[in-house]
Order: sequence, then C-alpha cells, then structure tokens
Amino acid sequence: MAEEAILGYLEKNEQISDSGNFAAERGFDHNDVVNVIKSLHGFRYIDAQDIKRETWVLTGEGKKYAAEGSPEVQLFLAVPAEGSISKDELQKKLDPAVFKIGCSQAGKNKWVEMGKQVSRKVQNVEDKVKDLLLQVQNGHALSKEEISSLKARKLIVPQTWKGYSVRKGPNYAPKRKKAATDLTRENLQKGDWKELEFKEYNFNAKGQPAEGGHLHPLLKVRKQLKDIFLQMGFEEMPTNNFVESSFWNFDALFQPQQHPARDSHDTFFLEEPSTTRELPEDYVERVKRVHESGGYGSRGYGYEWKREEANKNLLRTHTTAVSSRMLKALAEKPFAPKKYFSIDRVFRNEAVDRTHLAEFHQIEGLVCDRGLTLGDLIGVLHDFFSRLGMSKLRFKPAYNPYTEPSMEIFSYHEGFGKWVEVGNSGMFRPEMLLPMGLPEDVHVIAWGLSLERPTMILYGIDNIRDLFGHKVDLGLIKRNPICRLGIS
Amino acid sequence: MPTVSVGRDRLFAALGKSYTKEEFEDLCFCFGIELDDVTTEKAIIRKEKHLDEEGDENDEEVIYKIEVPANRYDLLCLEGIAQALRVFNKQQEIPKYTLSDVSKDSMLQMHVKPETSSIRPYVVCAVLRDISFDEASYNSFIDLQDKLHQNICRRRTLVAIGTHDLDTLQGPFTYEALPPSHINFVPLKQTRDFTADELMEFYKSDLKLKKYLHIIENSPLYPVLYDQNRTVLSLPPIINGAHSAITLKTKNVFIECTATDLTKAKIVLNTMVTIFSEYCKRKYQVEPVEVVYADGRSYVYPDLSAYNMEVSLSYINHTIGVSLEAEEVTSLLNRMQLHAERSASGNNQWNINVLVPPTRSDVLHPCDVMEDVAIAYGYNNIPKRKPASVKPLALNEFSDLMRLEIAMNGFTEVLTWILCSSKEISTMLNRQTDESTAVVGNPRTSDFEVVRTTLMPGILKTIGHNKDHPKPIKIYEVGDVVLLDEKKDVGASCRRRLAALYCGANSGFEVIYLTVLTKNFTCELNNC
Repeated sequence: MAEEAILGYLEKNEQISDSGNFAAERGFDHNDVVNVIKSLHGFRYIDAQDIKRETWVLTGEGKKYAAEGSPEVQLFLAVPAEGSISKDELQKKLDPAVFKIGCSQAGKNKWVEMGKQVSRKVQNVEDKVKDLLLQVQNGHALSKEEISSLKARKLIVPQTWKGYSVRKGPNYAPKRKKAATDLTRENLQKGDWKELEFKEYNFNAKGQPAEGGHLHPLLKVRKQLKDIFLQMGFEEMPTNNFVESSFWNFDALFQPQQHPARDSHDTFFLEEPSTTRELPEDYVERVKRVHESGGYGSRGYGYEWKREEANKNLLRTHTTAVSSRMLKALAEKPFAPKKYFSIDRVFRNEAVDRTHLAEFHQIEGLVCDRGLTLGDLIGVLHDFFSRLGMSKLRFKPAYNPYTEPSMEIFSYHEGFGKWVEVGNSGMFRPEMLLPMGLPEDVHVIAWGLSLERPTMILYGIDNIRDLFGHKVDLGLIKRNPICRLGIS
Repeated sequence: MPTVSVGRDRLFAALGKSYTKEEFEDLCFCFGIELDDVTTEKAIIRKEKHLDEEGDENDEEVIYKIEVPANRYDLLCLEGIAQALRVFNKQQEIPKYTLSDVSKDSMLQMHVKPETSSIRPYVVCAVLRDISFDEASYNSFIDLQDKLHQNICRRRTLVAIGTHDLDTLQGPFTYEALPPSHINFVPLKQTRDFTADELMEFYKSDLKLKKYLHIIENSPLYPVLYDQNRTVLSLPPIINGAHSAITLKTKNVFIECTATDLTKAKIVLNTMVTIFSEYCKRKYQVEPVEVVYADGRSYVYPDLSAYNMEVSLSYINHTIGVSLEAEEVTSLLNRMQLHAERSASGNNQWNINVLVPPTRSDVLHPCDVMEDVAIAYGYNNIPKRKPASVKPLALNEFSDLMRLEIAMNGFTEVLTWILCSSKEISTMLNRQTDESTAVVGNPRTSDFEVVRTTLMPGILKTIGHNKDHPKPIKIYEVGDVVLLDEKKDVGASCRRRLAALYCGANSGFEVIYLTVLTKNFTCELNNC
C-alpha cells in the first residue's frame, strides 16, 4: 500500500520531500515507509536521499510526569493550603520516588518549608515541567535552557530521526514488476515473458551439485599411464592373480631364500592355500642349481636351497612375479622381442602410516630383446618419465637381488626444489633369465614405481588413506579434476 | 637397506679431506650409498630415551647415518665405507690381503667334535696379531659384529661371531656340543659362574639376549668352545665368556664364527678380518687357524683367496652401451676394489681378468663386474638410446576426457552435421551473419550452404526432432567448427567446440553452468 502510494505520488510529482510527513499525512507507519523506500531504491525505481533530524523524546520517567504531573507539584498539592503536615504523614501519602524527588525539587523552588512539619511557602505553583514535557511530546521546540534542565533530570533523551526525500529513479515505473528467477514453460505459453524482469544470475553461488557419476582419481591416473605404455608399444600383462607361490615371487627371480624380504614381517604368507599345487619341475631343478652352486657363468649363492620354502604361497609382493611367468612363457617359444607392462595391486606386510599401506598399486614396465644395453634402459626411462612431466632425471647405483646393474631414478621437483626418488630399475640378472631358457644375448630391462605416489603429488594429497580405501571422503572423488598425464 | 652410523669428523679424517654436506651427498650418490640422516650422538640417546631436545648441540659429535646396499657386508662400518670411498676416489690402491707366514705346525688349531653336527656344524677362525684399538675403532669393531649378526647372520641363526683376547687363552681350541648342565662359566658382564641351563633361565629376562635363546634352547646338546685349560670362550650364539673379553688394551684377537651355513660363515669371517687388519702392525695381514674335524678333514681359515673371473670387454661395452678401451675398464674396476688386468683373447678381442677380493662376496657373475664398470664410469654419463614410440594428439585426448566427464554428468552425446544452412547459423540463432563463415559454392540444397561456425544448430535441431522425448533432455556435442583464418595457408581453420543443452520445464541454466564450466576442468576452455 505504501509502495503504491509512493510510486503513485511520484507519477505526478517531482519529489516527496519528507518521508516522515508523507507517512503521517497518509496514516502509514514511518518504519514501513522506510522499508518500502529501501526496497524500491535497491531496484532503482526511486532515488532516495537521507534526511536526519535531531529530536527529543520523553524517558519513561518523563512520560510519567507528563501524565501525572511533576513530583514537586504532586508534593505541593499534598501539603495543605493552610497549616502543615508532618513529614512522615506526607511521606505516607506519596509514592516513595515522588516523595524523594518532590522534596528536593520543591525545596529548591522554595515552594515549601521543609522540616518535621512541612508547610506551603507560596500559595500556588505552575507545573512548568509537566507543560514542557507535554510540549516535547507534541513535537514543539523548546529553548536551550529548558532542554538542558529536562535533560539534566533525565526526563528527555535525544533521538535521531531518519527519513528520506524521494525522487523518480532510473528504473521508475508506476507499478513494481516482480523479478522472475527462471524462465518457465508457463511464461512462454502465457506470453508474459515479454514483460518479465529477471533476477540477475549470481555466478558466485555454488548452486545444486550436478548429479552424475565419477571415476576414482587413482584409476584416472592409471588410465593415463596405461595409454602412455600403449603409445610406447607395450603390451599389458595379465595380472589377475594375487595368490602367488614363493617360487615365482622370489626364487625364479634369483632372490635367495634367506633374504630379509622373505620374512613374514614383510610378506603375507597364506594359511589357505598354504602351498602351491604344482611347479614346472625341470625349471625348478635349474633354479635350485643356480641358487646353490651357480652355473651360467655365476658363482651362485652357496646355500642349501629348500623346496618347501619355494612351495609356500603368499600374496604377491611385486608384479615382477607376473613378469617372470611371462618371460618364462616367452622362453618356451622361438624368440621374439616383447615389451610388457602392468599396473596392479601388490601386498606388503608393513606398518601402515601416512605414506605406506599394506596394499598398493605397482606400475611395471619391461623390455625384452637382443642386445639391449643400460643406455637403452636410460633412454626408455627418459621417454616414460618425460611423458609424466619429469624430464630432468638422474640415476643412482642401487641394489635389487634380481637386477644388475640396478638404478634408482631421481627426478628434479621444481616445487620442492630438490631431487626426489621416483622409481627403481635395472637389468634382470643372467641367473634369472638363463635358467628360463632365454637366449644368451637377450637382455631384459625393467623399471617400476608405485601408482599412489605420483597421484598424491599430482593432486596434493599428503595422506594416502585420504585417497584410497574406505576412509576416503566421497567429496574428494567427486571434486577430483580430470587427469591429463601424458597429454602435453 | 642397512644403515650405518658413523662419526662425520672421523669419517672425513679417514677420507683425508673434509666435505660439505652437499659434496658428500654427491659422492654417495655417484658411488651408490645414501646419506640418510644427520644427527648427533646425544640426540640419538635422547631419542631412545624419549627425552626432549636440550640446549646447545654445537659441540656434540655429528653422526652421519649412511644407507648401504643389503649385499655389501664390507660397507657395514666406518672403516669399510672409508676404504671403499678412498679407493673410488683413487686416493688408495686396493689393499692386498694376505695370510701371515705361519707354518702348519705352529698354526693355532680348532678341533671340532662330531656332536656339533647336530646343532651347529661349522666353525671358522682367524687371528688378528699386534692390533691397536682406540676407543672409536674398538666401538666400530663391536658394532660391525652387531650389524653382521642382524644382516647376513640372520639374527645369529646362521652364523654367530665370537671375538676374544687371545692372550688370556691357550690353544689348541675345541668346538664341542655338551649337555647344558655340563657347561659352566662366567659369562660376559657377570661376576659369578652359571651352568648353561641356568643361563637360559637367566637370560629370559634380558631384552637383548632373549631373542636368541630359541636357537639352541630345545637341543639336548649346546655348542660350546673351550681352550686348552677348559676355559669357555663362548656359548654360541648366546654369549661369550668374561674371561676372554676384549678390551681397549687387547693386542691379539682370536675370532671364531660358528654356523649352520658355511658359505656365510666364511663371508662373515672375511669381512671382520679384512676390515680390521687395517689396525694390525702388519697391515692387511691375517694369521690363519686350522680347523680340524673329527673325521680328519682340515681346513685353513680365513680363505682370503681372490675369485678369478674372466669377462670379455665386448660384453661390458655391449651391455652398458658404451665403447671403452680395455685400459679404461681396468682402471675403472680398480676404483671399485676389483683388481683388473686386460688380456688378449683371440681375434683382436680383449678380456678383462678380474680378481674379486674376499671383501666382495656380492660379485657372483660377470654382470656384477659390468655394473661396477658402469658405476665407476657414472650412470649419468652413459648416452641414452631412445626407443621408438608414439605420442598422442593432445587435442583429441583432451576432447575424449571431456566427453567422458560430461557423459558422466548425465548428458547424452549427439553427433550432428557439419554442413548446414546459412540461416541456421545466423537469423535462426538470433545472431548477425558471421563474417568468418566458410561458404559452399555449389550446395545441392540449402542444407549444405555453409560449414558450421557453431555447434548450436545441430543440437537445437536434435531437440526439434525429439520433442516427445521425456524431459528434461540433456545432450551435448564435442566437435570442430570452421572459421575463416588468414593465418592458415588455405585461409580457414577448424576449432574444437563443446556445446551442451538442457531442455525442460525450466531454463535449467544452473545445470549447464555447473556441469560444463566448473569443477571438472582445470584448464581454460578458450585454448581449444
């Protein structure tokens, strides 16, 4: 109603000079008028200018005296016109606050004689205070002294009155249009879309999350790595066998039986099935011999090789166990060079912490061909890692029981400002390859790294359990961006 | 990977020069070991006792914790590391280890009783004559035994080392296996004597030793070593006797290693004597001991013979991928403590004759020699040979990733015509005609007038033909449009575009906005 009044008035008039007057004239609550003005101003229907006025209003006490009269007059009127009244009796006649203030004020004004007996000193008095209060209440101005005296007795307080003067704004219309939040079928059918005013889009609002599916961050990285391997001409090895025998996991790789890695504190051994059902017997003989006494140009380890150790089943500790099966299969056919890779789960019986889990994914690549050199390994590593964005590499001599030479791969991390280890690599030992039956001039170069570490570095995750497992936050999976590894 | 703690200053003194931390790390990197941690003696003790850091550490001895390869038992102490690095830096020749010239008759003897075969069959021994220990080398001697026990000895199960002050004993010695109650002696760190079974009980509460009791506990006979006066040298693998304990003042050391694995026992003995013979008056010389078995077989230990290996130069070059001369290779191998000489083999080829010293039990096959050549040459100096491979097309790979993400948000992919009418890319879209449009000169019908400059007509027409399809309809297309382009030789180029459309009872702007523009893509779309 106030809105129509204001907009209607402005249609024919330049401005509303005083919102207070405007409200009073039309019987509106000024607060309602103020709210309407603010809202219209927000949508630029009107331009509003602030007006401020200082006024005085009565305090609670002031309002009381305006109604009942000031306490000194009340007291005066309680004292008889003739004679006197005892102070105690006077006190009983009046309100305690009225009595107290009345006594002091009446005394100050010399209206009464104060003592054990109280009597009038003058005949009549005017209730100036009450008059002044009524004047203030009615909005009349007072002199400075009058204001001071009332203020001193805390009967009035100042109040700022805020109002507006109002003119037409740039978006002025005689009637406000309601802003639509969306365009609907009804709008189009009714045809009212032509007159609709639309609420502005808030591009900073989060809005409803889109409903859809999401792939797991680790597996997005895996897909990219798989593509990288395929582009480099590598074939994927079948790795869907978590249960492996110690023979394929360790012995075939020339890892000695008394090696610390074969301890139960590093490896998960199986209670069921506890031992492998079969092994290729001829091959096992050759492996036993090379461990015990060498051959194929080697001294061997010189210890007693035990079949029971080799028979023990475990959860594979590396995908190199699969690689050794693949190489053995390759050796059984007329030789053809091969490039293999795999990315799959391995199991380590290690303490779990921020960066280590009992299960994780190993990435492995190997090249099997005649005449391969360490230079070829370095070259393939440069190719592979440069596709992951790591082109500054350094190699450090290392030790693996099944590779010789062995190299740890370091890459320069610009962010950390230092060299970090990114993988392990080497050439498989002849003691591993020759008992398989591979030709003597065939060398196998291989390398491996974990899938989790580069993923954590890429996405800035510092606790591996936030990425992988059931304690992961689904929101993280949903928010995770696409993986562009391998795409320059 | 075993870690060895060495005093930094003592190490540098042994190397004959001081390095900065970076220089030393670099040296380690090239050689194949790693400086794992830098700490101080007191900090280690504080850590063990779970105490807090205390004040000034400046005058505390700096300790370097160095990680060494698991198969290099010769690097398990400061002396071994220092020697390897000195030879690597060409500051020292490879030491030549020899047995001192003692006649068979005057050689100390260890007689092995047959009962030992049931519990711990083998023993090897040696003597270090005229040795001088100081506090540091003494501690190093003890620590090395500890490290060997933990690593190759597999926590004393395979081999146990006993070291004794020879001057407190009198040979010949015997190695026997007796019932526990028959064995009586004062063990190390104790003042009264115990029988062996009393000791087993006693050590059940000893944190360090209780781990080893199981090795002999259940045997009816325990292994034990005696000298001629029936003084007990040791009860392997548990504890030595106090009588023959080594002190700083010890001048002659008797070492015995009892074992279930003879190969490893020999390696352990060789490691101990080669490294610490450095402190003998006659440097690198070890006095032999004869071990005599009950059946009369006898062996002289230590067996310091070098292992001879012939490796062809072409094998080394062709496996590493370099072309080194024979002289270069021998000098590189000498730096790795492998004594090497070239010798000619038939048809102008060279062979490298390598004498593998007793300290290098890790060298089993020519490939180990080849690796050492590569290390001394420097892995990072080897030229790389790039393999054949293919690279992906970034734009297409990226497009496919985007297509997948949008489909996962519930949008259906459409594939529409590239050719369309000129109205469809102008007035029908409420737009001005685009000046950069490629126009077909001979279209059969208006459907082939222009090459699309935007994906909009296609997706809009798709909706037009699917008006009855249940709503909301969410479709998208990723594809190329053509715009005129003076920078191209032909005057026009393709641009990759993504268009997504929502059709329903409301405008659904936020669906498009959130799906396409936010969160899923970390790149700027206008790069396409």
